[in-house]
Amino acid sequence: MQVLQVVISGISQGLIYGLIALGFVLIYKATETVNFAQGELMMLGAFLGLTAVTFGMPFWAALPLAFAGMWVIGILLERVVLRPILGQPAFTVVMVTIGVGFVARGVVTMIPGWGTDTHALAAPFKGELVRAGGLVVGMEHIVVIAATIALSTALYLFFRFTRVGVAMQAASQNQLAAYYMGIPVRRLNSLIWGISAGVAALAGVLLAPITFVHVNMGFIGLKAFPAAVIGGFGSLPGALVGGVIIGVVESLSGVYLPEGFKDIAAYILVLVVLVVKPTGIFGETASKKV
Amino acid sequence: MRFIFKTAYEQDIRLFKHGGQQFWYGLLGVALLAAPWVLDDYFLGQLTFILIYGIVGLGLMLLSGYTGLISLGHAAFLAVGAYTQAILAAKGWPFPFSLTAAALLAAATGIVVGLPALRVKGIYLAIATMAFGFIVEEVLARWEHVTGGNTGIIVGQLQMFGWTADSEESFYYVALVVAALVTLGVLNLLRSPTGRAFVAIRDSEISARSMGIHLARYKTTSFALSAAITGIAGALYAHKLRIITPEQFTILQSIEYLMMIVVGGIGSVHGAFFGAAFLIVLPQIVAMVKDYLPPAIGQATGLQPTIFGLVLVAVILFEPYGIYGRWLKIRTFFQLFPLYRRGLFRRQKAFMKSERLR
Repeated sequence: MQVLQVVISGISQGLIYGLIALGFVLIYKATETVNFAQGELMMLGAFLGLTAVTFGMPFWAALPLAFAGMWVIGILLERVVLRPILGQPAFTVVMVTIGVGFVARGVVTMIPGWGTDTHALAAPFKGELVRAGGLVVGMEHIVVIAATIALSTALYLFFRFTRVGVAMQAASQNQLAAYYMGIPVRRLNSLIWGISAGVAALAGVLLAPITFVHVNMGFIGLKAFPAAVIGGFGSLPGALVGGVIIGVVESLSGVYLPEGFKDIAAYILVLVVLVVKPTGIFGETASKKV
Repeated sequence: MRFIFKTAYEQDIRLFKHGGQQFWYGLLGVALLAAPWVLDDYFLGQLTFILIYGIVGLGLMLLSGYTGLISLGHAAFLAVGAYTQAILAAKGWPFPFSLTAAALLAAATGIVVGLPALRVKGIYLAIATMAFGFIVEEVLARWEHVTGGNTGIIVGQLQMFGWTADSEESFYYVALVVAALVTLGVLNLLRSPTGRAFVAIRDSEISARSMGIHLARYKTTSFALSAAITGIAGALYAHKLRIITPEQFTILQSIEYLMMIVVGGIGSVHGAFFGAAFLIVLPQIVAMVKDYLPPAIGQATGLQPTIFGLVLVAVILFEPYGIYGRWLKIRTFFQLFPLYRRGLFRRQKAFMKSERLR
């Protein structure tokens, strides 16, 4: 029974990673670049939600508000910072998003009411427990699980069946060819950054009851990288599966392995995966042969 | 304006391209040698830090700037070098031997990390090195009877064969000698076939392979050399700080080093030292101006990261080759005066193509 409880809490923790990883995967799938500021976008989203709740908005109204606010920030970010380096190598984008992350973390400490303190976000479902046959799961985890699965399904369908989604994947494979086919690559990039920042905001607000809202909450994004890699970067269901694997391994090693393994289990796992099967579980990578 | 007439093939690979360079670099050398007489202990200490960070920058530049492999875990190599030096120095090893051991051990770790690099690249490599960095950090914190855990190790003064670097000046000279040797080593490496192979791999793996470059071997070499140089810097770093703890070697430091070479100027040896100077000087400038800013901004803990981030973004957007690129433009402007054109250094329009699919 104890094992099962550990696995359950691992799964719920893992889906948190999956939820953040969704943001990386979205950007990667549509532009084949990686956003190292995803965790910081999530943090900003959580702060937006927090501010909305502090001003008396109900939690469920703060959620779409944070989504919309971050959507705008995502689009602005693409406009100002990423459009000028469109088409540059991945390294450039990595560095620029790292810079954006630094700025975001720094600016938050300067905003009155946000600052460096840890804030609690009151959610209507906080503290409720769901019991089923001796297993206990917090309601806030259930909400995260439901949201993650719903979001990834919706986004999967978006990429699989809508014109825009397919066009985005085309643009990520070959920008020049996409231009030739009449795909407005820049507008699509703008859109995907908006969506991704919005998803980050949802992740931030839903995580807030679990992790609290503070400047460094974005560092959890560093654990979402392994999740995305194990699942196969660029695969939405992969992000969830990768997240769950990492969550379960982490919580199992927290119980059964010596102290310290819990924090690095995710990284050991990702190194093993990269050496054995660099494409991840659902990856579609094929190396170019000459 | 200077015209170089080439009359021998050796001129292409000469370290000093012409007499002017000899003169200016000679002057720089004299200035560095004379620094202890001009600067007081505090500024000399900062200059020493610039040299040490410069060596780190060279190591990372070799890997990221010249071979095109991103590393988000370079602090780990620095840590390996620093801890090796700390432990061996405590056992009484003379500095040259312990430095060699630190470099070799770091190189060995570099080869281990380089293994995934043979199969993955780009963003995957960044994540692999990042993961490795976290693991090393955790090992340092947990392996208490060797590394002292989170309390760290106290490092003695640098000593060799009965001589001790017990003053700021003597340590500065040691750092200067090491930095000069490493710089010469890197410059020589870059004009050797190995260095050319690195650059070829950076520019296009496919064409490098077509030219008969063994990708796996050269990538591993690059990782090993880069790690060794960083390990050397780590050894000096340990003596400079006198106490080393795992939290000096986190992902944030790794990111800072990457930032350093990008701001300094990616793909140039100068860039490593320009970047190091930037990394040391900027916090001082921030400390000076922060009293003049409105308190909400000036006293915020996030002021320095914000400025670092803004500078990084601005450099990438407006000056892709960093401080060295700006310096190059200014120099060219005066050399070509009045013929300089704005478009001379314009970034080529590029279109990204997926590496995922055939």
